[in-house]
Amino acid sequence: MSRKSATQFIAFWLLRLVCYTVVAATGYIILDIAAKGWPHLSWEFLTAMPRNRMSAGGIWPAIVGTLYLVLLTIALAFPLGVGAAIYLGEYARAGRLTRTIRLAIANLAGVPSVVFGLFGLGVFVIFFNFGTSLLASAFTLAMMILPVIITASEEALRAVPQGFREGSFALGATKWPTVRRSVLPYALPGMLTGSILSVSRVAGETAPVLLTGAALSAAMPESVFDQIMILPYHLFILATNMYPSQVYVPLAYSTALVLLLVVLGLNGVAIAIRYVVRRKHSF
Amino acid sequence: MRLLFLVSGVSSIVIVCLILLFLLKDGLPFLARYSFWSFVTGTTWAPIAIAAEFGLLPILAGTLTVTAIAIAIGLPVGVGAALYLSEAAASWERELVKPFIEVLAGIPSVVMGFFGYVVLGQVVRSIFGAPVEHNALTGGIILALMAIPTIVTISEDAMRSVPKTFREGSLALGASRWETAWRVTLPASASGVTAATMLGLGRAVGETMAVLMCTGNAPVIPTGVLQPIRTMTATIASEMGEVPYGSTHYHALFMVGAVLFVLTLAINTAARKLIGRFHFRGR
Amino acid sequence: MANAGATQDTGASRFDLIGRAGRNANKPEQHKAGRVKIRVENLSFRYGKNTALRNISLEILEHRVTALIGPSGCGKSTFLRCLNRMNDIIEDTRMEGRILLDGQDVALPAADVVELRRKVGMVFQKPNPFPKSIFENVAYGPRINGIRNRTELAGIVEHSLRQAALWDEVHHDLKKPGTSLSGGQQQRLCIARALAVRPDVLLMDEPTSALDPIATAKIEELIDRLEEEYTIVIVTHNMQQAARVSDFTGFFYLGELIEEGPTEKLFTAPDRKQTEDYITGRFG
Repeated sequence: MSRKSATQFIAFWLLRLVCYTVVAATGYIILDIAAKGWPHLSWEFLTAMPRNRMSAGGIWPAIVGTLYLVLLTIALAFPLGVGAAIYLGEYARAGRLTRTIRLAIANLAGVPSVVFGLFGLGVFVIFFNFGTSLLASAFTLAMMILPVIITASEEALRAVPQGFREGSFALGATKWPTVRRSVLPYALPGMLTGSILSVSRVAGETAPVLLTGAALSAAMPESVFDQIMILPYHLFILATNMYPSQVYVPLAYSTALVLLLVVLGLNGVAIAIRYVVRRKHSF
Repeated sequence: MRLLFLVSGVSSIVIVCLILLFLLKDGLPFLARYSFWSFVTGTTWAPIAIAAEFGLLPILAGTLTVTAIAIAIGLPVGVGAALYLSEAAASWERELVKPFIEVLAGIPSVVMGFFGYVVLGQVVRSIFGAPVEHNALTGGIILALMAIPTIVTISEDAMRSVPKTFREGSLALGASRWETAWRVTLPASASGVTAATMLGLGRAVGETMAVLMCTGNAPVIPTGVLQPIRTMTATIASEMGEVPYGSTHYHALFMVGAVLFVLTLAINTAARKLIGRFHFRGR
Repeated sequence: MANAGATQDTGASRFDLIGRAGRNANKPEQHKAGRVKIRVENLSFRYGKNTALRNISLEILEHRVTALIGPSGCGKSTFLRCLNRMNDIIEDTRMEGRILLDGQDVALPAADVVELRRKVGMVFQKPNPFPKSIFENVAYGPRINGIRNRTELAGIVEHSLRQAALWDEVHHDLKKPGTSLSGGQQQRLCIARALAVRPDVLLMDEPTSALDPIATAKIEELIDRLEEEYTIVIVTHNMQQAARVSDFTGFFYLGELIEEGPTEKLFTAPDRKQTEDYITGRFG
């Protein structure tokens, strides 16, 4: 073997090793949580209220809390995000305003989640006087996922061929009816993908909710002004704040497994939609 | 209708301004009660001591230490994996590895933190002989795993957009595929790789739950990587719950949030400028 | 002399060979046979299900310029890329036959492709200098062959740039990026880069088709001079260029080598009707 091919052999094997180490680490984490979380997973675990200082019973309130939070957040963020995307994609003219909007979106995407939490605390909890509540958390998280929804929606709008719009204009339609009839229906699946991906992110977020609405153990929320339990925070508490760990860590594992299934499941759904749409609507 | 969408678009500018505004509104009062100099040079963070001290340095050092470890691990691993996928892997390998990277990217930070807390901590202690399980290294490794998907995806993208003719030119001169990857493709994609790393860096700096659970929570300037530390994000998340509204401590935490905001803003802006450059270059 | 009334494109079957003969006045031996540098035997090549080359047999003589002509899609570029096994990097391809370089079959799977490519250099249709400085572009080849000494590298770079007739234009600033040069200069830079590894053979795949006439003329002049030291195989869709520049020509059509022989003969009295039809512009 020549020196060059020997060097290449070693170099590529090192790179291969590095690449598959990442794969192995990912696999290990998933398997570890699945293996240790599965034993405690049961219908009761999912649907019962926690008892005995959360050492027995289930995580139903956390599941419900997460569900409410996700629904309310997306209800707030989706219209706003899609509206902004429509503005940028269909109405905006190149200029300083458009550039500033884009800059703002990019900056928003980079703000740490805990800083969003502080923002939510100052604005929604205190200034608007929602108190630590489901509502405050939903508003806060909606601001946080706005960039994701805008970016995904804009991309979905851009993928719709210009010809569709031109055809509609040629028939005498104005801007909004054109967008509504000839563009939006085709962009909707892509927007949906983006929304589902942000929903899975919301389900996994802890820090912002910590500062704006989460409670250690709350009753089932009756109004949007109540505090809520959420899966990630529940996991955090079980794992780090409860003793003895022999009792709580297994429960934490099961909670982690549920959270993982929810998040990865949602991601899988989003990717499936993207895949199906790409094959159906090959523009 | 246009007005409606315009308002949606402008909302992102409004939100960014509001974040800055409220961070300052609740952060600046801190400076009225505590000297800025003591804040940025103080080496003790003891907010609930009788003589409370709010020195930024320990928690800033914590953030920098754990981030440095994350990049020291994440950069070579991420770029190495990207190089492998782009230059040496067969297409079936790419199809196999990509989903793993996406799954890794999707795991919520609290789950990563949980894994670090119960599993990795013990591993680090036994392999490196650390005095405590939860230290900067444990946190740094978990952060690296969280930053790697970003680094791999964007770097690989940059490498694949290096024009094919460069590779052909190199191979035609008698270079091996490895030599071509190392001497032509990698340098040609340098700005994209740097941008990828900076985005990963931004993510690491802003991460809260994983470091909260893995780094030991000791707001002390570390003397080595096996020491427990605390980051700025973890400080805000863990102390805000107990803080009386309007107290100096409360405002101090908002001040820390402001520092975080500026730091991540700077990193992400620099990264974006680099991405702009590599998209132009890749003819 | 070109016929009055014949258009430039179709051209009569008689080309202006006088200019060329004039250039070659000092090399009367050019049309006689020389040593065989590359012997191709029964070469066939497939992309997936499509056969791109069918049973090609051809001899490339040392220190001569061999041109390969034919209509687009006839396989001449594919053939060229077989000679330095550049087609290996494309997936799902099959090559059969023998390619003997100095008597050694380089088409064998066990052959050292990397060494082959050092001996058989290539210049591409669109100039592709690396995004590095002029110096680093030319020094790339020597560097990967283990030459590290700065002085030695500088010497090789200068020699190669002189051979490619580019030295005078760039020597004052070798640190400039290769991509800042004009198209014609970039192509000469690529030629210098190829020459820096001291190949025996230089393959040129339509090297002037992306260049203006002045740059083209400079490169044709270059080819003429390089012929003394190197063996050159040039693919061109420009028949006048083939006539001007080459000693031997091969005419490809639909993946087959229809005819090959001394350029003068092929263009004035071809054996095959297909060749004559192509040259007189009846198709292609």
